Amino acid sequence: MYEFLLRMGDNTLVLGHRVSEWCGHSPVLEEDIALANISLDLIGQTRLWLGLAGEVEGQGRDADALAYRRDAWDFRNLLIVERPNRDYGHTLMRQFLFDLWHHERLADICLSEDDRVLGIAAKCVKEASYHLERSTDLIVRLGGGTAESHSRMQTAVEALWPYVGEMFTDDALDIEMDKAGIAPLPSNQRPRFDEALNITLSRASLTRPAGDFAQKGGRSGVHTEDLGHMLATMQFLPRAYPDARW
Amino acid sequence: MYAQTVQSTGRKVKSLEEMSDQERAFQARIDAGEKIEPKDWMPDGYRKTLVRQISQHAHSEVVGQLPEGNWITRAPTLERKAILLAKVQDEAGHGLYLYSAAETLGVSRADLIDDLLAGRAKYSSIFNYPTLNWADMGAVGWLVDGAAIINQVALQRTSYGPYSRAMVRICKEESFHARQGFDIMMKMVAGTAAQKAMAQDALNRLWWPALMMFGPPDKDSVHSAQSMAWKIKVMTNDEGRQKFVDQTIPQIEYLGLDVPDKAARKNPKTGHYSFVDPDWDEFFAVLKGYGPCNADRMLARNKAHDDGAWFREGLLAYAEKQTIAAE
Ligand SMILES: [Fe+2]
Ligand SMILES: [Fe+2]
Repeated sequence: MYEFLLRMGDNTLVLGHRVSEWCGHSPVLEEDIALANISLDLIGQTRLWLGLAGEVEGQGRDADALAYRRDAWDFRNLLIVERPNRDYGHTLMRQFLFDLWHHERLADICLSEDDRVLGIAAKCVKEASYHLERSTDLIVRLGGGTAESHSRMQTAVEALWPYVGEMFTDDALDIEMDKAGIAPLPSNQRPRFDEALNITLSRASLTRPAGDFAQKGGRSGVHTEDLGHMLATMQFLPRAYPDARW
Repeated sequence: MYAQTVQSTGRKVKSLEEMSDQERAFQARIDAGEKIEPKDWMPDGYRKTLVRQISQHAHSEVVGQLPEGNWITRAPTLERKAILLAKVQDEAGHGLYLYSAAETLGVSRADLIDDLLAGRAKYSSIFNYPTLNWADMGAVGWLVDGAAIINQVALQRTSYGPYSRAMVRICKEESFHARQGFDIMMKMVAGTAAQKAMAQDALNRLWWPALMMFGPPDKDSVHSAQSMAWKIKVMTNDEGRQKFVDQTIPQIEYLGLDVPDKAARKNPKTGHYSFVDPDWDEFFAVLKGYGPCNADRMLARNKAHDDGAWFREGLLAYAEKQTIAAE
């Protein structure tokens, strides 16, 4: 259960951080505002998931201790959320692929037999549905915009494609969570994900990348090089001043 | 302030006798405390001065995202990160309200932003100073937003309706900005020796630039008279600065920090503090582009704009295709 909660909370923590990196640097003021909203939602969700993880662990660690005092190998997020922002097209495509998965995932977890897990999922699913609506809309518009916006979005989906498979790979922990009635198997979602993805890509005149090779490891603590750099920034103050209260 | 040295007409204020009938009627409305609305007749100089002031104010909100944005990825707790993000998000929103207010005067946001990016427009000198430790996030909210509030509360009474209404909305959010800043400072001074040192360091660096926010001394403020007569400006630079010093020094003492101005003393008769002026040569140098961060701030804004061009063009092209398809 603790590890399952880390998987949920680390996804939103890491993606929320990536999105916040845009603050003040996005293409237009309205996007600065929208990105801040998304990041705020994700940080809020992180506090719920990691807060519960700390409780379940029972070692006196709260959400901040888990966010700021673990090293990369203890992080359980999907690799896709730690991929760097690159251009705004990558950022939006990463968000869209994640939102599509996340929304379905939370909807599934709303069937959880654990009231605490269900409570968090029910709150988060509303935000996730709004995020998905927004990112879908932008993918469609940019895919159908100029030749350049189209090609940037196509490049982005191709670069991120190898990170999609990991979202739906079941492992021993997933099977355990499914048996315990806490969360259904991620692989259940794949058909729904594919259907929605194909619809959006076709509305956006984008081509679904070929191949199904999946980069994996994030959910068991083997990350890309990027996560360590991100944590070096994010955790700097609590690490440098361990006795401080902020 | 966020608009520190707004050029006005550059001429001396006309007396009632020198005015045309139209100008006299306009001045009478201002003197009666009426709000001027976009469709109303207004002197050319009034319109131009307002555009300069409102756009400087808007640019300041936008560039003002950068010094605080500098610490969002290093905020030390999830709650602090959320508060700081929400605060910087508000500033982007202020930029939007203000560009909209400026657009009611017949200019376009795109042109105003071009002026900023080309270095033709000004923004507040304060945002050309760096944020070097976490306590700067406290000191910026407390001192910079605190100084801005003094000015913006007064500007709610400004004569131009859309500007005044934008100020009313903005002021509602500003008190949260100042409070979260002071709250950070309280945590820092109650914390470890290192945290207290950060707090003092932030205060020492930001005190003088905060005083500069109110603009040059009234005696050197060449464009104030006309702006005051038109109630585009409703408080003099020196009045605002005195108010700021009077409210801030007791707060510094409450925090247990040293006042950077060692000579500041309260006059028991007037209740006002005496204080040493900031270095005005430095102020004018910063306005000319020689502050520690001018180049970096402009580089960051230009990069965001240039890198985002394809995104804006993509959305525009899509919208145009939709309109054509609908016809
Ligand atoms: Fe503001
Ligand atoms: Fe503010």
